[in-house]
Amino acid sequence: MSNNDLILSVDGVSKQFPGVKALSNVSFRMFKGEVHALMGQNGAGKSTLIKVLTGVYPTDSGTILLGGKPIAPMSTHDAQQLGISTVYQEVNLCLNLSVAENIFIGREPKKFGMIDRKAMKKSAASLLKNRLNLDIDVSEPLSSYSIAIQQMVSIARGINIDAKVLILDEPTSSLDEKEVNQLFDIMRKLKNDGMSILFVTHFLEQVYSISDRITVLKNGELVGEYFTEDLPPMKLISAMIGKEYKAADYAKSKAAAAEQSASRQTILNVRNLERKGSINEMDFSLKKGEILGLAGLLGSGRTETVRLLFGIDKADKGHFEINGKPVHIHSPIAAIEHGFGFCPEDRKIEGLIGDLTVRENIILALQGRTGTFKTIPRSKQVEIANKYIKALGIKVTDCEQIVSKLSGGNQQKVILARWLATSPAVMILDEPTRGIDIGAKSEIIDLILDLCQEGMSFIFISSELEEVVKCCSRVVVLCDRKKIGELEGENISEAKILHLIAEGNN
Amino acid sequence: MAVKAKGEFYKSSIFWALLALGLLLLFNLAATPGFFKIEIKDGHLYGSLIDILNRSSSLIIIAIGMSLVIATKGIDISVGSTVAITGAMAALLIGGNLQIVDGVQTFTTNVPMAVAILGALVLATAIGLWNGILISRIGMQPIIATLILMVAGRGIAQLLTNGQIITIYYKPYFFIGNGFLLGLPFSIYLVLIVLAATLLFTRKTALGLYIESVGINPVASRVTGIDEKKILLFVYAFCGFCAGIAGLIVSSNVKCADGINAGEMFELDAILAVAIGGTSIAGGKFFLIGSVVGALLIQTLKTTIYSIGVPPEINLIIEAIVVFIVMNIQSAEFRKLVFRMKPAKE
Repeated sequence: MSNNDLILSVDGVSKQFPGVKALSNVSFRMFKGEVHALMGQNGAGKSTLIKVLTGVYPTDSGTILLGGKPIAPMSTHDAQQLGISTVYQEVNLCLNLSVAENIFIGREPKKFGMIDRKAMKKSAASLLKNRLNLDIDVSEPLSSYSIAIQQMVSIARGINIDAKVLILDEPTSSLDEKEVNQLFDIMRKLKNDGMSILFVTHFLEQVYSISDRITVLKNGELVGEYFTEDLPPMKLISAMIGKEYKAADYAKSKAAAAEQSASRQTILNVRNLERKGSINEMDFSLKKGEILGLAGLLGSGRTETVRLLFGIDKADKGHFEINGKPVHIHSPIAAIEHGFGFCPEDRKIEGLIGDLTVRENIILALQGRTGTFKTIPRSKQVEIANKYIKALGIKVTDCEQIVSKLSGGNQQKVILARWLATSPAVMILDEPTRGIDIGAKSEIIDLILDLCQEGMSFIFISSELEEVVKCCSRVVVLCDRKKIGELEGENISEAKILHLIAEGNN
Repeated sequence: MAVKAKGEFYKSSIFWALLALGLLLLFNLAATPGFFKIEIKDGHLYGSLIDILNRSSSLIIIAIGMSLVIATKGIDISVGSTVAITGAMAALLIGGNLQIVDGVQTFTTNVPMAVAILGALVLATAIGLWNGILISRIGMQPIIATLILMVAGRGIAQLLTNGQIITIYYKPYFFIGNGFLLGLPFSIYLVLIVLAATLLFTRKTALGLYIESVGINPVASRVTGIDEKKILLFVYAFCGFCAGIAGLIVSSNVKCADGINAGEMFELDAILAVAIGGTSIAGGKFFLIGSVVGALLIQTLKTTIYSIGVPPEINLIIEAIVVFIVMNIQSAEFRKLVFRMKPAKE
């Protein structure tokens, strides 16, 4: 890696927002044909750095050199023209347009001033096949494909413009393991073709399986630039959070919880839960003060189960018993009345009310439970909001901040706060730590364990088996929309869960 | 309201709407002699300003209903037709004959006036409910659902009146649109009552928060335990009710029910008033006072155009140009482009 291979060089870049120094004198280098991981907690400045590179924000000071020439992109379009393309965490495409249209939108091949659809389809298909090994019908609407394929279409769109640098901002957060590997194959192929890839993720094991070098940011400052093989995970985590990371010792509390749960009363009993095309013959129960995990691969029926439980989707069959009494849950309102809380998988779509303030977001469910016309007085609202902001360590300027301006981890905490404010008996958490940084992650896990000690029951879904193993006193394992097994206490381990799933697949 | 910190006020839409209104009034000060003159005749206040307030009353009331609809990311283009239907219904129920019995003039009605008014308002609310059902239960897009009654509504109004313009002869009914109470036109009190009640209902209960929440993210609102279908049903029914009150004012004002011309273009003026007032057509936060200012601005503009004697055939062009300028000045992007001012902080 000589300086001749230096493709992108950021030197002493600073960016100030009102009240926050988002980037402070950050330098950063990328070489030709490397996968470079950009790491840091939420608020470390990763997003700002990417936005500076892609022309979303202008820099306050410092220089950016691309291929030796100084650049100052004014817009993402501008950045693309210069050779820096970005694929964002949330797929930024038009779902109702075809795959080919999505790839060529804004720069369609033309013939006599009209769109040459034939040429467009042909080049889209060959682009996907040759560069991404993806053989799909490009005239189908994008919505008919999985998120993984959609993600790859956005990559195809990115690399199509002869990109020199491709930025992937948390591309894997909604992919399952197989899809992640597929993505990594593509990244390796692009890398061998000479492209430089900047990769942002929260999954440490992915950093080690794909990246060549790592740059770590913290609080808007550069911590360091490392070769991946020189930086073991413990050191990486220390660099990111700025202190020695001690793997928390949950084993003890878990053993205690398992012991306690045996004697505890069952508060929820679900029998024969079924909905065509989403879940078959599901039975499970939940005890007071217990964390019940639902484990399985993406699409195994985990999310579908809790959606039925919370009344978002309607079950075809099924009996619910709460404290021994049969109940009907036909809508989220009914579920809330029965003491359920629900942090959904996709917090942007199903959780946040983006343009409302943090206070309004926090009190919303409680207000709904209290009743429309029994308004919670403003002073009380502020009190509740501030209580949870403090308890959960939500980083805000004040409780009147617009919630969509917060980072992912803080948004997730706001949704947690919304449900905690209703003091639910059963809290359903669907991927509560998805897409948030490692510090916030462990804070949320700690919080769940504390609340469980206080008697709250949880149904917990996470794609990270490590978390499931860490938290849950009982785990229901799902595969292909069916329950295939249940593990308890000491028996819960990643190996056993995977073993069950593997057996279920046979 | 629209304003969080005092320093931010000049960046809000309502500020620019007020500024435009002020400039328009200043223009009138120079262009129209006696514009600001208010006279007292028979204990009633008369003058151009009072006239503007009186004339804008029906538009303001519709704009209030429309604000809630637009806050849910919806739109109701049937309000103009609802005005016509309500007027026709009221006229039909009241009918009214001037009878001279033994040299004494007496007014008769088909049904008591209170019943007629109630009947007309119930019909207007039912129209709104119909829109709400199509949108919330059947899942029709708001512009299409309300287009049905926008088109069919004028037909319904004419059916009610047998294709005629029904003249109302019952004098007490004229009070709604022409009467005076404590020196001011009665319609102004109607505006104040509707505005105060709506403010109270949306800001002192959680209803306003729910409406905004549904407009910003209906899926998340549902998961959070808000009955988004009920909210939609409510806002359309309320919008219909508001259009009903406007229909009473209009029909009382012109003393007849005209199925074709009553409330013509009200839907567009109301939407414009809401937009000028700072409520985004994309739904979310709504500003009732802003909508009121927007409606006042539109009416002042119309009155100004008439009073300075713009030829009738280019009235609408002048109106469009002024609205275009106001909307542009409200846009932070535009201000930045033209005046190099900092855009409003999001």
